Amino acid sequence: MAYDYEKSIRPGKLPHIWCPGCGHGIVMKGLIRAMDACELDREKTTIVSGIGCASRLPGYLDACTLHTAHGRAAAFATGVKLTNPEMNVICCGGDGDGTAIGGNHFIHACRRNINITYVIMNNYIYGMTGGQFSPCTPTGMKASTTPYGNPDPTFDISKLAIGAGATFVARTTAAHPREIDKLITQGIKHKGMSVIEVLDDCPTSYGRRNKFRSVIDMMKRLKKDAVPAKAAAKMTPEQLEGKFLTGVLYHETDKPEYTEQYDALIKRVQEGA
Amino acid sequence: MSGARIEVIERNCKGCSICVEFCPKDVLEMDVFVVKVVRPEDCIKCMQCELLCPDFAIKVHDE
Amino acid sequence: MAKKSALVQGNQACAQGAIYAGCKFFGGYPITPSTEVAEEMSAMLPKVGGKFIQMEDEIGAIASVIGASLAGAKALTATSGPGFSLKQELIGYACIAEVPCVIINVMRGGPSTGMPTGPGQSDVMQARWGTHGDHAAIALVPQSIQEIFTETVRAFNLAEKYRMPVQVLFDEIVGHMRERIEYPEPGELEVIDREAPTAAPGEYKPYDASKGLVPPLAAFGAGHKFHVTGLNKAEDGFPTTKAELVAAEEVRQIQKVECEEARADIESNEEYMLEDADVVLWAYGSSARSARYAVNELRKEGIKAGLFRPITLWPFPVKRTAELAEQAKAIIVPEMNLGQMIYEVERVAQNKCIIDGVHRVDGDPLNPGQIMDKVKEVI
Repeated sequence: MAYDYEKSIRPGKLPHIWCPGCGHGIVMKGLIRAMDACELDREKTTIVSGIGCASRLPGYLDACTLHTAHGRAAAFATGVKLTNPEMNVICCGGDGDGTAIGGNHFIHACRRNINITYVIMNNYIYGMTGGQFSPCTPTGMKASTTPYGNPDPTFDISKLAIGAGATFVARTTAAHPREIDKLITQGIKHKGMSVIEVLDDCPTSYGRRNKFRSVIDMMKRLKKDAVPAKAAAKMTPEQLEGKFLTGVLYHETDKPEYTEQYDALIKRVQEGA
Repeated sequence: MSGARIEVIERNCKGCSICVEFCPKDVLEMDVFVVKVVRPEDCIKCMQCELLCPDFAIKVHDE
Repeated sequence: MAKKSALVQGNQACAQGAIYAGCKFFGGYPITPSTEVAEEMSAMLPKVGGKFIQMEDEIGAIASVIGASLAGAKALTATSGPGFSLKQELIGYACIAEVPCVIINVMRGGPSTGMPTGPGQSDVMQARWGTHGDHAAIALVPQSIQEIFTETVRAFNLAEKYRMPVQVLFDEIVGHMRERIEYPEPGELEVIDREAPTAAPGEYKPYDASKGLVPPLAAFGAGHKFHVTGLNKAEDGFPTTKAELVAAEEVRQIQKVECEEARADIESNEEYMLEDADVVLWAYGSSARSARYAVNELRKEGIKAGLFRPITLWPFPVKRTAELAEQAKAIIVPEMNLGQMIYEVERVAQNKCIIDGVHRVDGDPLNPGQIMDKVKEVI
């Protein structure tokens, strides 16, 4: 029954800074449940983020936490993980942080297949700076810097991660809380780079500009447009129009993990010498 | 049925009303800015309110 | 027994010095003229169980270095002009979060791509003020291959001791030059490791300066759960906007380097024939080698010249420069830029003597003749 989140949260840190209805808190709960499910020793767990609303998440969690600079979470995390491969390393952050300013680090962490779990909260907007469009803002939608509608095409974060070489990629939404911890758990247990994209809502900066009457509207849309990947296989392109796939989108176990490769290299060099 | 005790941590509640909307049994209502438990006896312990509360403000306990 | 010696390039000596200092992580990105540091580290680190990673860009390189340092490793990156510009934001991160690391900048000209294969000394002000906000800086400027080795070791020591980024700046000339160096035996040079906290788990505060201006730093994974951020923070590491805490932390982070005791420890200068000097050549890095030659030639001509060579460029040698301004008729500042450190010398000299510069930015080193001409012109 009632879940004990408090043991994972630093004393005195709640209430958090996120706006009423913001889905980041739902994701944080999912992350806590996943870390518990994986029995992660918090002293051996580093949670790394960049800058933005979602990147404030690590500060609440009782673990080793590293709030870096805008976009740089994956690069800092790479340094932590390569130095101490025994460390559980989890990145979290938003869509702008991870795929715009941090896009390069994100795709290269995927390419290396380093054993990091990256939870990316995609709320389609830069929330903390007041609602500018991100690479994930749907074309045509309004943001504070797209007053006439967004002219830009968008990134599909999960496809980007798969294309870049991540070996476990999954998507869910803030309206599917049980799936959040299920997928993050699988991601943490997966050896290699895992990316869990959580479609999220930003009622303050995205919702009110785009004619969502309330956060409830936004949550309902997330529920309505989510199609489990397995179900999608039986659907026509017309039926899938405007929908997005959820669940495990990609899972590969053959690709070597980066820190193991490097440790093998050290062994080879040292034995050769 | 029930046997559930629903705890609202008012200090954390920001009044988003997600719990109220997604409760399948209308157990909860908004009391201006804070959620209020109005029909605890109808609770089926589906946990949706607790799972979906972004603010760590609602807990469903077994009684 | 004779010491082990070898004919090596400056960039190689830098990498070898890093290994001597106990460096276990290198995160880099290829850039001329510093690339050989990365190449050398990629070959040496695995042998000592360390990790080398070529990151996707310059920013990723310094980010990985800060991450590695927080995980407990002595960490290094190396770059040149444009890469140094790209790294600036995170050098500031290492300042405010107080994370030890060493940044090598093998200087070329600029701005922008400039002349990648030519030498320069045009990043010396950037090393002081390149990152935004108020902060202290430590920058070392070796002039020879031997000194690159020892100053790289010292850079790690200062980074660990003062818990901050330390920059080593040398120019393309010394970076690519080969000279014979003698390797110090293990234990011969001091190697300092960061102070570990004594606080019990759960009680550790990463910025608790109650026992000194440099709080001990725990490694992630060593039993302490703590928070690191680039935001202004309180002693517990969590963000704060409380005016008195913000200001006090910023002042402490500067004081830890600029207080008298720290300056005495960090500053390092070489003086040559200054006792009776009328003209002081104030020169650093490879320009100081030309300046020293010029001093000898000028002395032969009866001109009382001397050399003041800062090996620590930042913090600036305020006291000694001020004394020399009292003593000398002129201070001449030769630099491979269009005038950078000369402004700091002017500021400190307070019109007590003539200050003039000798500049060169055409891709060739300053030669002694140029410096001698300037001295004769001034006196």
